[in-house]
Amino acid sequence: MLDRRIFLQGSSAGVLASAFGPGLAFAKAPTDKIFIMIILRGGLDGLSTLVPYSDKDYLNRRPRLAIKNPLKLGGYFGLHPELRGLHNLYQNNELVLIPAISTAYRLRSHFDGQNFLENGAGRPFGASDGWLNRALSGLEGGGQLGLSVGPQIPLILQGGERVRTWAESDLPELSEGFMASLSKIYAEDPIFARALQDAQGAPDPMLPNMGRRRRNTNLLRNANAAARIMATKDGPRIAVIDSLGWDTHKNQNSRLSGLLRQVDESVSALKIALRDYWKDTVIMVVSEFGRTVSENANQGTDHGTGGLCLMAGGAVKGGRVAGDWPGLGKRSLYENRDLRAVNSLESVFKSVLISHLGVTDSHVADHVFPGNKTVPMGGLL
Amino acid sequence: MKTLATYIAINRFGLGPRPEEADAVEKDPKKWIKAQIKRSPETPTSLKAFMPSEEIVRLSGTARAEKKQNKSSRQKIDKLKSSLRENAVRETFARTEHMIATDTPFVERMVMFWSNHFTVSGAGKGNIFYVAPAYEREAIRPHIFGKFEDLLIAVVQHPAMLTYLDNHKSIGPHSRMGINRSFKTGVKSGLNENLAREILELHTLGVNGGYTQADVIEFAKSITGWSHGAIRQNRDYRPMHGRFEFKKNFHEPDSKNILGKKYREKGVKTGEAVLKDLARHPSTARFIATKLARHFIADDPPDRAVTRLAEVFTKTNGDLADVTKALIELDEVWTQAHPKIKTHYELMVSAFRASGRSGFKLKDFSVPLQAFAHVPFQAPSPAGWSDMAPDWIAPESLLRRVEWLRQFAATLPANWNPQKFLDDVIGPVATDETRSWVSRAPSADAALALILSSPEFQRR
Repeated sequence: MLDRRIFLQGSSAGVLASAFGPGLAFAKAPTDKIFIMIILRGGLDGLSTLVPYSDKDYLNRRPRLAIKNPLKLGGYFGLHPELRGLHNLYQNNELVLIPAISTAYRLRSHFDGQNFLENGAGRPFGASDGWLNRALSGLEGGGQLGLSVGPQIPLILQGGERVRTWAESDLPELSEGFMASLSKIYAEDPIFARALQDAQGAPDPMLPNMGRRRRNTNLLRNANAAARIMATKDGPRIAVIDSLGWDTHKNQNSRLSGLLRQVDESVSALKIALRDYWKDTVIMVVSEFGRTVSENANQGTDHGTGGLCLMAGGAVKGGRVAGDWPGLGKRSLYENRDLRAVNSLESVFKSVLISHLGVTDSHVADHVFPGNKTVPMGGLL
Repeated sequence: MKTLATYIAINRFGLGPRPEEADAVEKDPKKWIKAQIKRSPETPTSLKAFMPSEEIVRLSGTARAEKKQNKSSRQKIDKLKSSLRENAVRETFARTEHMIATDTPFVERMVMFWSNHFTVSGAGKGNIFYVAPAYEREAIRPHIFGKFEDLLIAVVQHPAMLTYLDNHKSIGPHSRMGINRSFKTGVKSGLNENLAREILELHTLGVNGGYTQADVIEFAKSITGWSHGAIRQNRDYRPMHGRFEFKKNFHEPDSKNILGKKYREKGVKTGEAVLKDLARHPSTARFIATKLARHFIADDPPDRAVTRLAEVFTKTNGDLADVTKALIELDEVWTQAHPKIKTHYELMVSAFRASGRSGFKLKDFSVPLQAFAHVPFQAPSPAGWSDMAPDWIAPESLLRRVEWLRQFAATLPANWNPQKFLDDVIGPVATDETRSWVSRAPSADAALALILSSPEFQRR
């Protein structure tokens, strides 16, 4: 990884100079506000994460799956017992949870739901770029503030702004000369040319040897890498990290314990690794939708509507559960099966963009979420 | 390689040239592809010897049951599981070797296309990985040039798919098992919608194909009891087997209404009737046509081509040999040189094919595929791997490809002439820029690596 960076900074050689766009120079980032989005793909079961443990309907509808020993947040809600780190953040007023939340998408396809969550156009495949990429275009610093962690760039960060990228690699480095020839061969092929140029500007977190121990999960490694890349004065400020495997149609409790522990460890690791930047940080954990209120016959749950969004960080007005709560009574449910999504994810996204990152109202309205009428949710930050 | 048509036949419809392959194709590229379309393709010899899924599913079910009943020692169960994993790894390896050596690469491309369309994945589900290569061999391979409805039924009734999308656990609320359960546990619905939903969304109609949540539920009911013989409830002492099994006591009785049609209750035949209707539905024709055109023509496929393929699909009741032939006859596929990008797996296979090498070690494949995060039978979701360029060429993924190709080129014979290699693999489409920088490379292996890393080689 190191070579590539040196290669970039030492690119005084005439052959190379033309290959790099102006955006790739490492200047001081124009903002210190940090935003990290963790996307849980597959549909998080919000009711096992933020548990309405004393609700009779919850216990009736989840006879085998109800979480019995949550970390209590008050008389009604508690956190899943694996979320000890998040519980500490909550007590520290650095964690806010918004239940019964969803994008405006109301059907139950993972793929459309994720596409909807990421494209921001108000319908599946309504835009070929992602809303966070469009938000970057409204910030001084643009794409260079963005960071994609993992081998692919998720749709939410794809688009006109060229974000920085990082992924683990065990393969040998390429030489400077080879990269230079390659950039010539790629010059006429925009997809290849752009990817190569951006790869050469890739950041180098110089990770300590974290090993690949069993507990050291992908999400944790990626979170650590992201924090190290971001917590520098010229680092990117807005990152997206993916987590897979949340589609718990069966054996939900045992699977969720492991998955939620990963999230808990990763958020805790981010707090440590972001150091002084933590006070200006918002970490948001979202999923494409929630799951059915009732358990199925396989100790699992099926695709539902209202989910959960959690926000952690020093910049968050935490220590509370925000938004409305529709309840789990028969008449409150959506289509007689799902937690009703009375809170809007788009309004939370808008709030982060405007109040935290300083994107203008008009840029959000015209470019990021065109046509979306929800007002930014207040009081989160 | 001399002509554009040869390059297109070998790359768009094949897996890249093996040495001298172009000579055989050059005379009549279309004919070369069409000759590979056989109604019932023979299973490759190297794959025939692998365990049938029936055996895999039975063994894996036995291990699970014995663990539950504390009958076997932990070591014995772990040993069985690791031998099943090993078996699947060996078949995946043999499949890859076959794809590198084969002289009917179009067959393999169609196997991969349909295997991806009907994804089963071991990602996070080890027991699915054990059976996934056998599933491809048994449910996909024999049907790629047959009737779509036969392919669909073979897939949906295969224990791998039934398990992957949880249908073996779906219980009709009014079935004997459902009534019993709700009495004992208080759980009202035992229906698992997963398989039914994904069949509608991913396998047949497509997400905008005109079905509702109510259709999903009714369809799920109609395939309750579709299971396999390696699951035995308490006090069911029948011997286990690993084949499809219709469990009547899980099956939801009474008629079902799906897409406006009433299906009278006929046991296992109900679900089969629904699948046949889905296979012939106009939305299915359009959806399959779009996916084929996206795979072979362009990320955003031309409407005319999609319409043509859908017409043939409808007219022939989903005859995949006819649909495939129609695809080859489309003008659209013979005009642009290489609008699509090879997947990571295709890139690796085509590099090995170009090298003419044989005799591989597991490491030869596992190192690049793990670096690319593109291991066969480990797709991230039931939707399979993407067919869009940005999901294959992003900064980091491109670097992994090139890093591996650079390393791979260094293993090629030192006396190879890069100019000849260039002409053999990308001759008709090589740009002046590529030719010029290859000729200026500081060493033969750097020149070979540049050829392999060129867009002309990484595209198809």
